Amino acid sequence: MRHTISVLVENKFGVLARIAGLFSARGYNIASLAVSETMDPEISYMTIVVEAEDVKVLEQIKKQLNKLIDVITVTDFTKKEHIDREMILAKVNYSAKEKVKLEGLFDKYVGKIIKAKGDTAIIEAVGDQGQIKALLDQLDKFGVKELVRTGRLAIAE
Amino acid sequence: MTGAKILVECLKREGVGAIFGYPGGVVLPIFDELYDSDIKFILTRHEQGAAHAADGYSRATGKIGVCLATSGPGATNLVTGIATAYMDSIPMVAITGQVKTFLIGSDAFQEADITGVTRPVTKHNFLVKDVKDLALIIREAFFIASTGRPGPVLIDLPVDVQQAETEFVWPEDVQIRGYKPTYFGHPGQIKKAARLISQAKQPVIYAGGGVITSGAHRELKELAEKIKAPVAMTLMGLGGFPGTHELSLGMLGMHGTAYANHAIMGADLIIAVGARFDDRVTGRLDAFAPHAKIVHIDIDPASISKNVKVEVPVVGDAKNILGQLIEEIKKAPDISAWLKTVEDWRKRHPLHYKDNDKIKPQYVVEQIYDLTKGDAIITTEVGQNQMWAAQWYKYLHPRSLISSGGLGTMGFGFPAAMGAKVACPDKTVIDIAGDGSIQMNIQELATCVCNKINVKVAILNNGYLGMVRQWQELFYKRRYSQVCIYAPDFVKLAESYGAVGILVTRKEEVRPAIERALSVDNTVFMDFRVEPEENVFPMVPAGKAINEIIGGLA
Repeated sequence: MRHTISVLVENKFGVLARIAGLFSARGYNIASLAVSETMDPEISYMTIVVEAEDVKVLEQIKKQLNKLIDVITVTDFTKKEHIDREMILAKVNYSAKEKVKLEGLFDKYVGKIIKAKGDTAIIEAVGDQGQIKALLDQLDKFGVKELVRTGRLAIAE
Repeated sequence: MTGAKILVECLKREGVGAIFGYPGGVVLPIFDELYDSDIKFILTRHEQGAAHAADGYSRATGKIGVCLATSGPGATNLVTGIATAYMDSIPMVAITGQVKTFLIGSDAFQEADITGVTRPVTKHNFLVKDVKDLALIIREAFFIASTGRPGPVLIDLPVDVQQAETEFVWPEDVQIRGYKPTYFGHPGQIKKAARLISQAKQPVIYAGGGVITSGAHRELKELAEKIKAPVAMTLMGLGGFPGTHELSLGMLGMHGTAYANHAIMGADLIIAVGARFDDRVTGRLDAFAPHAKIVHIDIDPASISKNVKVEVPVVGDAKNILGQLIEEIKKAPDISAWLKTVEDWRKRHPLHYKDNDKIKPQYVVEQIYDLTKGDAIITTEVGQNQMWAAQWYKYLHPRSLISSGGLGTMGFGFPAAMGAKVACPDKTVIDIAGDGSIQMNIQELATCVCNKINVKVAILNNGYLGMVRQWQELFYKRRYSQVCIYAPDFVKLAESYGAVGILVTRKEEVRPAIERALSVDNTVFMDFRVEPEENVFPMVPAGKAINEIIGGLA
């Protein structure tokens, strides 16, 4: 099962390596990771999505994160009300014939065609896990040439 | 003040009594400052020796051990010593030189990314990029190393930062927002633990190195006596409870006493204090202590429920928590039937070896105990020597056994003995070694002789890498692959360094040799030619439940 954890850390060099090392040393896989500065430039916010088959592994991950000196707080969103979003950029096959159909997707999903040139359209979209997955299924019908994702961002309610 | 001067000033203010280390190109400014300093500096013959010596210094006293090396190979040579300290939660500060800040990352001469290399084996580490941060970083390093669950901290100090000047400000206070260790047990958890203890019929205390780290040995004794629970110790916990006490079960685990293992397996309550349920202790996890509820006292929350499920976790310092717990236990449980069962195991399966007219390694250890009256500091190498030292010497006081438990570092004992002797010059310090391990840091003989650090080394010389040979005998059909190890003439070798060497080939020479070694005012190598294929028993094969004991039961 995938779990979303957020970590407030000191904004110093080497902190990301410490966190990544903690996962790799124990053979835990990071599904996605998003890092950025907060309003306080001394603090960074990380949203980490991890694969943990049992609760024990998740507990151990949280405890090990908490042990790092540069980690200020760890929040597990598994049982916490929260909002999560992810942004994607995708290059999809494009033709004038299918323009309306492609644009029509964004009646249902938050996003738009940023640029259409030749046989390619670049699309941006934002949504929660379910929405992004559903949108990608739709885009797949057009043919996705390239896809980049920010990884999940999460904030407590 | 220059960075180098700030470093030495801070070390002085931190109360550092000795530094173990080795000079080199990018630490010249520091060594120039040390030239005028009154901090004792012990020049080892290898940086690994320096790291283990700093570790031994720390284990003997509880103070922070300090080692210092140059960049690149100097720094990487410290790594095994740092990892050893990390696995056993030993407070240590390692200082390394680094190439100039603007050369970092350019593959400069003697450059190694030592903060990168040591990240998984330090509690924390620092690369100092600005001299203005230096004093605070040193303060934080000492604070982090010695508080909470202690551990090694590395400070990597580029040479241009050592030379740069700034105003020196001693930070009075250290505040790290992401680091707030818990020292006192949660009262609710203490109540729950006390309730379980009062209801227990078959309790066992399982004491680890945390008892020694926190100085909880008096509280442990008080608790054990109050509830009359037998006490089994890990290798790291030996000395945390007197080995001669009637409630002592000695060491548990793979080479623990049969009665300690039977007691743990039969317990209905395990009170774990400062121990982490290591695989050498638990054996096969799913078969470990099937009837027991577990109260786990530990300062590191990540140690709790890591390997075994715990009913009542109590996070905090063992000394405080045991104190709280003793207060809270109103009624001691009646466990006389249980104690009788345990005594019965003790009588039926005593620690045992077949003595004869050859020199048995166990016999040598027993004589060392007898002749030092248990008052020495014993260090060990790793392998059979370590297990015999754990089984056959009775540790009466905390910090009387210094051994690499977690990492199992061969070559640890001799330099660690050196560090312990520097810390406790009035104590007898004896390294119980094997002929394999002693050769891993034998160069430190020079350090001992030059600095008159008179440690005694008892080499249990069996001509083999004995523990590996034992496994090959038991599990690989006696196919002895690369375990027959050639050793030099240890007597001549010791003498060539200016130390004393004593060869012991007959049983009746064992005691006189030890007596002479203890009376000589010099470093002594005792070369005991012991029975070559003696095994360490009892033994629980790896992956078996800890009551599936082979050998040594007769």
